[in-house]
Amino acid sequence: MYESVTNRILRYWIPIALLSVFLLFPFYWMTVISVKPNPELFNLKLDPYFVIHPTLEHYRYLLTRTSFLRWTLNTTLVAFASTFLSLFASIPAGYALARLRFPGAGLVGTSIFLTYLVPPTLLFIPLAVIVNRFGLANSYWALILTYPTFLIPFATWLLTAYFRTIPKELEECAVIDGSSRLGAMCRIMLPLAAPGVVSAGIFSFTLSWNEFLYALIFMSSTVMKTVPVGTINELIKGDVTFWGSLMGAGLLGSVPVAVMIFFFADYYVQGLTAGAVKG
Amino acid sequence: MEWQSPTLGRAEVNELRRRASLRHSLMEREAVLGWILVIPALALLLLFIAYPFVYGIWLSLTDSQGGNLGRFVGLINFIGLWKDSIFRQTVVNSFTYTIITLIFKIAIGMVMALLLNRSAVVRNVLRAALLLPWIVPTVLGALAWFMLFDSTFSPLSWTMIRLGLVKENVAFLGNPHLAMGCLILVNVWRGVPFFGISLLAALQAVPADLYEAATVDGASSWQQFRNITVPMVEPVLVVVVLLSMIWTFSDFQLIYVLTQGGPADSTHVFATLAYQVGLGAAQMGVGAAISVTMFPVLAIFAALLLWWLRRQEI
Repeated sequence: MYESVTNRILRYWIPIALLSVFLLFPFYWMTVISVKPNPELFNLKLDPYFVIHPTLEHYRYLLTRTSFLRWTLNTTLVAFASTFLSLFASIPAGYALARLRFPGAGLVGTSIFLTYLVPPTLLFIPLAVIVNRFGLANSYWALILTYPTFLIPFATWLLTAYFRTIPKELEECAVIDGSSRLGAMCRIMLPLAAPGVVSAGIFSFTLSWNEFLYALIFMSSTVMKTVPVGTINELIKGDVTFWGSLMGAGLLGSVPVAVMIFFFADYYVQGLTAGAVKG
Repeated sequence: MEWQSPTLGRAEVNELRRRASLRHSLMEREAVLGWILVIPALALLLLFIAYPFVYGIWLSLTDSQGGNLGRFVGLINFIGLWKDSIFRQTVVNSFTYTIITLIFKIAIGMVMALLLNRSAVVRNVLRAALLLPWIVPTVLGALAWFMLFDSTFSPLSWTMIRLGLVKENVAFLGNPHLAMGCLILVNVWRGVPFFGISLLAALQAVPADLYEAATVDGASSWQQFRNITVPMVEPVLVVVVLLSMIWTFSDFQLIYVLTQGGPADSTHVFATLAYQVGLGAAQMGVGAAISVTMFPVLAIFAALLLWWLRRQEI
């Protein structure tokens, strides 16, 4: 089956180009606006799609005159802490659900999976009351402790599927050779499950980095906000919108997860489809 | 001949042995070890999901406002909501938003998967890039669209004026129907990569000889798509569809950034209305009731998903 060149352009390259433009144009737009000087931006006669004299002024403003760097620090700290906490809870849970037969295992597995399907928007009002009552509002702990509620279910699901793919015999050999069950899990299973752990970690990190609703509700003071919340709440200012620094913030705030995906795309896709493909 | 400790007496050694073997056998018993290993995960989920869930149902039955915890008022909040035209519009919006975006995400996602599946080179170059709308923080991606829909700076308006399609700048987010259309567009933009990449992974698992056999038998490409591709990706497609329905139905971020439920409360979905009423106006009882109303629908989606996954396992 050979297609003619025209046919191939029409049926393959044009659809690919259209799709890419649709999905990527907003990022191009953010880039252009973030380096466009204000006189060019406000001159509505100029072609808006290009920039004549690029400037880094908006980035300088963003990094020196707003709390953006502080938000970056907050987000990084919370994302790492909640990722570690989630892995700490999910690795043993995933192992137990994949390997151990204990009364109620089926029920525990199903319950954890169901919590994956509980969206934060279902819980945020009671959770706001509870977080206030625990005295956690406006502290990192509010996010570090609540983010695992949507990280653990997914990470456990993914790791359970992953542990199941490792042959049981490897672990049995270790136990016969005198290792304890726990020792076999740490020394044999965990290294073999490393790719699964990396997937779960990357997923957890990106989900924490991107989280919006809980950070919006629990962090009220400017210096405690995360990048997504600070950008939306503090950089959009009524009539005078600082478009340049706003778009710059949008881009910079996306860089960490974008870099991760470029390096770990395979792991990410594996995570995306682990549950779906494995069932 | 048994080993003798130079410092400990026989009784002490036996006691130590007994304790060690007790600990050993407890840790080795799957029933005990299993529960020990799942407890950290369960504890966090119970505290921050199960407890707020139950507490949310209680709140929805109270007249809680501001800092005060309120009294039990029965179903008054729900009855009030049912009579409220904004709430009824919200229900309609939530379903419209979920279903229309779903149709586009399936169609465009399928096209994306088929296109990327055809060439390994294109796939490797584009896969990570095309995932961007899905993986960047939703509100930051939405910011670009916020400007693309701006009533003054929109390049879409600029282009349409130059093409002679409209006379003046379009107020994309200023008109209820147009605003809903914009929200749908942006949701599709964010969701297509999830559909596309998941379906691509499923396509790559389809054995090539199925297509070869079909070609030999003279099947057209449409017949091949209908009778090979669709059945082979169906298990993944159903999971992706149900997950997407749950997430879209309960969406908050895109609407919060682009319209905040406006103009005139015409584009609210459950989550944004619950936020506005429950936290904005501090009527926690009513806000919780709005969230709770989502639950039956989400439960149906979740039950379908669970049923589907169980069926796949057998």
